[in-house]
Amino acid sequence: MTSATQTPTDRYPAGSAAFPHRDLTGLAGLAPWEILFLLDEAEQWVDLNRAAQKRDDRLAGLTIINAFFENSTRTLLSFEIAGKRLGADVVNMLVAQSSVKKGETLIDTAMTLNAMHADAMVIRHQSSGAVRLIAEKVDCPVLNAGDGQHEHPTQGLLDALTIRKFMQGRGGGGGDFAGLTVTICGDILHSRVARSNIHCLTTLGAEVRVCAPPALMPADIDALKVQPFHDFDAALKGADVVMMLRLQQERMSGQFIASPGEYRHLYGLSLDRLALAEPDALVMHPGPMNRGIEIDSNVADLAGRSAITTQVEMGVAIRMACLDVLTRKTRGVEGWA
Amino acid sequence: MKALPPLTIINGRLVLAHGDPQAGALRCEGDRIVAVGAAAVPQPGDRVFDARGALIAPGLVDLGVFAIDKPAFHFGGITRAALMPDQGMVLDKPAAVRFAAQSGKPDLWVHPLAAATKGLEGTELAELALMRDAGARAVATGRRWIADSGTMYRLLSYCAMLDLVVVTHAEDSGLAGQAVATASEMATRLGLPAAPAAAEALAAARDIALAELTGARLHIRQVTTAVALDLVRAAKARGVRVTAGVTPAHFMLSDVAIGDYRTFTRLSPPLRSEADRHAVRAAIADGTIDVIASGHDPRGPEDKRLPFADAEPGMAGAETLLPLTLALVRDGVIDLARAFSLLTATPARLLGVTAGVLEPGAEADIAVIDPDRPWVVDSDKMAASAGNTPFDKQGVDGRVIALFKGGAAVT
Repeated sequence: MTSATQTPTDRYPAGSAAFPHRDLTGLAGLAPWEILFLLDEAEQWVDLNRAAQKRDDRLAGLTIINAFFENSTRTLLSFEIAGKRLGADVVNMLVAQSSVKKGETLIDTAMTLNAMHADAMVIRHQSSGAVRLIAEKVDCPVLNAGDGQHEHPTQGLLDALTIRKFMQGRGGGGGDFAGLTVTICGDILHSRVARSNIHCLTTLGAEVRVCAPPALMPADIDALKVQPFHDFDAALKGADVVMMLRLQQERMSGQFIASPGEYRHLYGLSLDRLALAEPDALVMHPGPMNRGIEIDSNVADLAGRSAITTQVEMGVAIRMACLDVLTRKTRGVEGWA
Repeated sequence: MKALPPLTIINGRLVLAHGDPQAGALRCEGDRIVAVGAAAVPQPGDRVFDARGALIAPGLVDLGVFAIDKPAFHFGGITRAALMPDQGMVLDKPAAVRFAAQSGKPDLWVHPLAAATKGLEGTELAELALMRDAGARAVATGRRWIADSGTMYRLLSYCAMLDLVVVTHAEDSGLAGQAVATASEMATRLGLPAAPAAAEALAAARDIALAELTGARLHIRQVTTAVALDLVRAAKARGVRVTAGVTPAHFMLSDVAIGDYRTFTRLSPPLRSEADRHAVRAAIADGTIDVIASGHDPRGPEDKRLPFADAEPGMAGAETLLPLTLALVRDGVIDLARAFSLLTATPARLLGVTAGVLEPGAEADIAVIDPDRPWVVDSDKMAASAGNTPFDKQGVDGRVIALFKGGAAVT
């Protein structure tokens, strides 16, 4: 399947050299061409997902386990659909946060799954570094579906793909991130989405700004090659993309933020605020949204500007690409075995 | 127990309070040192140990361990260990203290540190005088800081009266919260809960102010940041009775070491910046830091083979305490006499025990040490009950070749 938007493939090496990693636990440290390779691979799945017959059997016979130690609906569903559309047998293991908290259980669980000969594991866990810990213990590729406040690599990738899609749709630049200004606003401190996006977008050459009140801004964030802001209006000026983060309810009750109203007053994205950004600036949100808090409804639903549903769509495609690429060695794909 | 014949250790290099080690011998009768240097001549019937040119030093006095782990202590030349009150059964009752004080004998003396408050909760004072008379050698706040300044004030004034040193953990609990790392680029990259390094200086400042007010003797078990070290330095200059300790991790490692989420580097207080690490070394050199301790806290996989933030803090440090301190000598930070002041004499003085020095009358706790003997730290082959060392697979120099507790050879 080819696509008009398919990008040339001469920017990364052939075969497994294009993505020489067994696991995808984070985007930090990936080369630009490794990220571009995954984005390019996802393009074909965007097309397939838009077709009536959404089926490709390349992962037939493979077992993918989605082990989610932290509650999730959207990401889990996205991974499940991605695996199934590629023909894999997908099993979900939902571990309630209460039952697996401590002790050897995490490693034990990983070893148990490993003994069942999974061909790939998709793992979400509430502790930073937990997915890498599991990856060290199992024999199959491991995909990080979010670990604590560390990384959520497929979210970073799908956001980059979304941005590229929109830029290409508007006829600009062929998907070049250089010269693009992206403002990420919200709870940067606790956000794995922010970290993966920072790594992804800075690696691809975009200028990234992060905006948060001091209590929600991590220490020495400028070391990640981003420009920190506390003033949202200033952070919006000249932005091509505005990415809003979800603010957890429990952080709005006094410890970090006095109230939802207080937060919205300084950091809520309203139409008026959005007008400070570039005229056609893209609005993004990883979901689920707190409408009326970090983002107004009329902004979230702004036709032609809001990319929020496109993000969800790209999410399935990116996850299909990741599952395909990470299982190529197992499947003996030429150049990857 | 049948009395052993006197012991004479010959052909050694004696580590004395000042200056370079002096070639000579040392003689003990019963559990005491009776002669040092030229006066030490083996008598007929003595047990004679030939040190073959190795150092003859006082046994290490480890001010602040979390477990009684005899094989590790003996490997590391530790003959006395001050046990932190944070035990399965908190050392907040005379009976618990009495039991702990007996638990290492005869070849290891455990000096219990009495819990400052009941259950180490930081609210109600524990029975400190009763625990003192049951064998507690000092009082400790445990792994935690006492957040309530009123409680800390009453604790210090009471301990001033009892003449007990108060060993405190300097981390402002409000600022530290659930942090497992120092706020820094590394913690930000890893997405770990982090607190500003100033949490230590805040806690130290208050505790020093209260010690000054009450005249109490305060020992801050670990001072790991430049700002807090400046506070200690200034307080000492004013005559405040404050002393400071540290463990080798904080002069050997910075928070770069947590980069791969290795839980053996999860410590309390957390590893600091490289600048703070250098400040610790400078403070060891200029005398601001008085004590180097192991903080020995062996933790098995059930506590350590976990995601970083879920793991328990602490390291097995008893075996590496001596070689890593000797590394400071090799690096020219301190001389050998000062190294042993940090490891033996000063902690013994704070605990009020007649040990830690090679002087007639002192307890015959002797370590014979080859300071240049190389070995490799291996977390799989430690004497400790668990191998949670951040120095795994590192080469170090300095090894105990014989150890005597109260004149008796430790085997």
